[in-house]
Amino acid sequence: MERNPMRRQLQVMRKSLFDQGYLDEQFVQLEELQDDANPNFVEEVVTLYFRDSARLILNIEQALERKPFDFNKLDGYMHQFKGSSSSIGAKRVKAESTLFREYCKSGNGEGCMRTFQQLKKEYATLRKKLEAYFQVARQAGPMETACRPK
Amino acid sequence: MSTINSSAAWKAVDSVPDQFPAGLRVLVVDDDPTCLIILEKMLRTCSYEVTKCSRAETALSILRENKNGIDIVISDVHMPDMDGFKLLEHIGLEMDLPVIMMSADDGKHVVMKGVTHGACDYLIKPVHIKALKNIWQHVVRKKKNGWKDLEQSGCVEEGDRQQKQSEEADYSSSANEGNWKSSKKRKDNEDETDDRDDTSSLKKPRVVWSVELHQQFVAAVNQLDIDKAVPKKILELMNAPGLTRENVASHLQKFRLYLRRLSGVSPHSSNLNASFMNPQGETFGPLSSVNGLDLQALAAGGQLPAQCLATLQAAALGQSTAKSNIPMPLVDQRNVFSFDNPKLRFREGEQQLMNNTKQINLLHGIPTTMGPKQLTTSQSIGNINMQVASYGVLSSQSNSSLINMQVASHGVQSSQNNSLLMPMGQPQFAHAPRLPLSMGQPMISNGIAANVSTQNGIRESIRAPGYNPVPQTTSMLNFPVNHASELPGNGFPLGSAPGMSGRISKGTFQEDFISEIKGSVGIMPSYDIFDDLNQHKPQNWELRNAGMTFDDPQHSNSLQGNLDLSQSILVQQGFSSGQMNGQNQSAAVVSKAMFSAGDGTEPGNPLNFNQELNSLPIDNTVRVKTESVADVNPDNLFISHFGQEDLMSALLTQQQGIARAENEFDFDGYSLDNIPA
Repeated sequence: MERNPMRRQLQVMRKSLFDQGYLDEQFVQLEELQDDANPNFVEEVVTLYFRDSARLILNIEQALERKPFDFNKLDGYMHQFKGSSSSIGAKRVKAESTLFREYCKSGNGEGCMRTFQQLKKEYATLRKKLEAYFQVARQAGPMETACRPK
Repeated sequence: MSTINSSAAWKAVDSVPDQFPAGLRVLVVDDDPTCLIILEKMLRTCSYEVTKCSRAETALSILRENKNGIDIVISDVHMPDMDGFKLLEHIGLEMDLPVIMMSADDGKHVVMKGVTHGACDYLIKPVHIKALKNIWQHVVRKKKNGWKDLEQSGCVEEGDRQQKQSEEADYSSSANEGNWKSSKKRKDNEDETDDRDDTSSLKKPRVVWSVELHQQFVAAVNQLDIDKAVPKKILELMNAPGLTRENVASHLQKFRLYLRRLSGVSPHSSNLNASFMNPQGETFGPLSSVNGLDLQALAAGGQLPAQCLATLQAAALGQSTAKSNIPMPLVDQRNVFSFDNPKLRFREGEQQLMNNTKQINLLHGIPTTMGPKQLTTSQSIGNINMQVASYGVLSSQSNSSLINMQVASHGVQSSQNNSLLMPMGQPQFAHAPRLPLSMGQPMISNGIAANVSTQNGIRESIRAPGYNPVPQTTSMLNFPVNHASELPGNGFPLGSAPGMSGRISKGTFQEDFISEIKGSVGIMPSYDIFDDLNQHKPQNWELRNAGMTFDDPQHSNSLQGNLDLSQSILVQQGFSSGQMNGQNQSAAVVSKAMFSAGDGTEPGNPLNFNQELNSLPIDNTVRVKTESVADVNPDNLFISHFGQEDLMSALLTQQQGIARAENEFDFDGYSLDNIPA
């Protein structure tokens, strides 16, 4: 079938995302929720995530511009961000969020800033990769039920 | 979803029992849109019927609109508009539905909080669909426990069950355990009885603790002496058809908790006690006469004689016992609430009270101090009125004021400014707290006492530290009545009273009250309004404390009545402030404002009191026309201004309806320990 090659490519991309730790089990959960009634469920959720979390990133950025740091507020924002990120299975981003929160709790402003930069990088990378992934997915046509990695 | 065999045993309350748990109606609340959409999809995949919302307030209104439309609620812990635990409490109080908490936070203390607030489970995000597949068990469990309440009294097992707090909650997920209020937890033993109950509908019919019923209850308890009161005897004394020992037992439990809270009332109480003692003659001279209620006695002995209570209640109920209601013995709050403000004019108020008769000064002045001591002793008082009285403590000046507490909802009497039922301790409102609190739910007292913070900033913080709103509806409506703007500077922390968001979750009343009130009531805003009116600084009614949680009566519209007296205590508070100003008509406005403010939203506060209240001949212009408040949100029931009698009647009627709701509240928060069932 013509979609085979695309599907195969898709599988490769997907596997790499998991192998490289960008995504975790939770992403599979999303895939399992996708069905005929919601054939693009995963993409929709991911799109929603990026849109909503962009707001949080901005809030954090602004908060980091105000000195002295309001660690409570920062922690609050990051908590939300972490919750969102974990719900789509964004593993690396989630790890950075956790680290950021640790720094907040210990009042380490430097650590916060550094971690935040790293977080933004991971966030941007994930976004790019997933965009590419979904592009292929759309071209590959409706997929059957997601298969678990490995 | 696989149907469970047990569902057969369930007589389905659910619409589709056979397919249970399919069709389980779930309400999911989370401010994170990503999580929300994922959860929704997961739940749909589990064949549940899902309603989602991103705000706690929305969730509450959904639940209120259709009381039986949802089987279980899943809520996030961290939400911008309301803390998830508060929402949990509200739901537990008002609707008594199982609530599952969720959070990315898996710290032990957070999970523990969920447990203590009564969550039936706690899920860690990201939520796995497997965790959701079994949530139906919480619904079944709760229903079973609910059954137990309904079981015929006299059953030994029941008694045991009641007392046993089943912990074992075999929940699938982490954390939950049995911290549910003991009654809920009795699961394991229920098996035998369940079969027995098979015939009855699964839906546990809630006993409506109407004002009259509660009065009977209190009278019975008084007769027996609070310490010796056992459900069986109470039941016998009450001789109420259709009431089971179980019902009485759980009600008694709540009542005891309520009283305990009262006794735990603030330090002011000590002051108040002194003042209280004076009740009659002194400042309250007129008051005493005013109220048929022998509040004085109450104050004096802290023990309200049964009749007092009855009177109070009667008064509260709007039976329009002669003036006023409760002679506010209390309040001599002077100490406590230093009502310096002339506004309070209690004396005047008192006089007026006399005239107003309607006003049930519930113990005004029952300043917080009262509460605990007075009230506690007066356990018999059970009536909330008394409690309310504590609210009334405002009396700082004239002593007469207060009592408005809670009762206020009823009697907000117009006016005289004083008496407004000061709902919450509006100390300022010297108004004789008319609160015909009889609403039976002493709830107010909690808040009220707190509110008593007389104008002078006495804010007695309504926190009714002791007053935990009567376990039922404790809707402590502490009216943030700060409107009372009359009271200058009392700075009521209206915030506290804010719309008593429906019910301050029972469990946490004490501290939560205050905070709850604040949040929920939203009355704060009202203050502003009143400020304008009164120019006084809104006394910080710490209505919060007042915790007049207005239970959201089932009828949102009928709020007026719904003020459920129990909840309605609130009304007064707000009004008193209004009244304080000299009877401002604005009080009415204020009340309105209050209500609407309370919620911050809306106008909707269904303070429908207006309607009925308006008709009340409020002398002091205090007509709290709650018109605006059309839907008295239980939260804000601050109908203090309304003429007590009218209010009472209005409220009573509503209450009847609401009473229904009251029972639902189950104060789970209270441990059943002291119920000698």
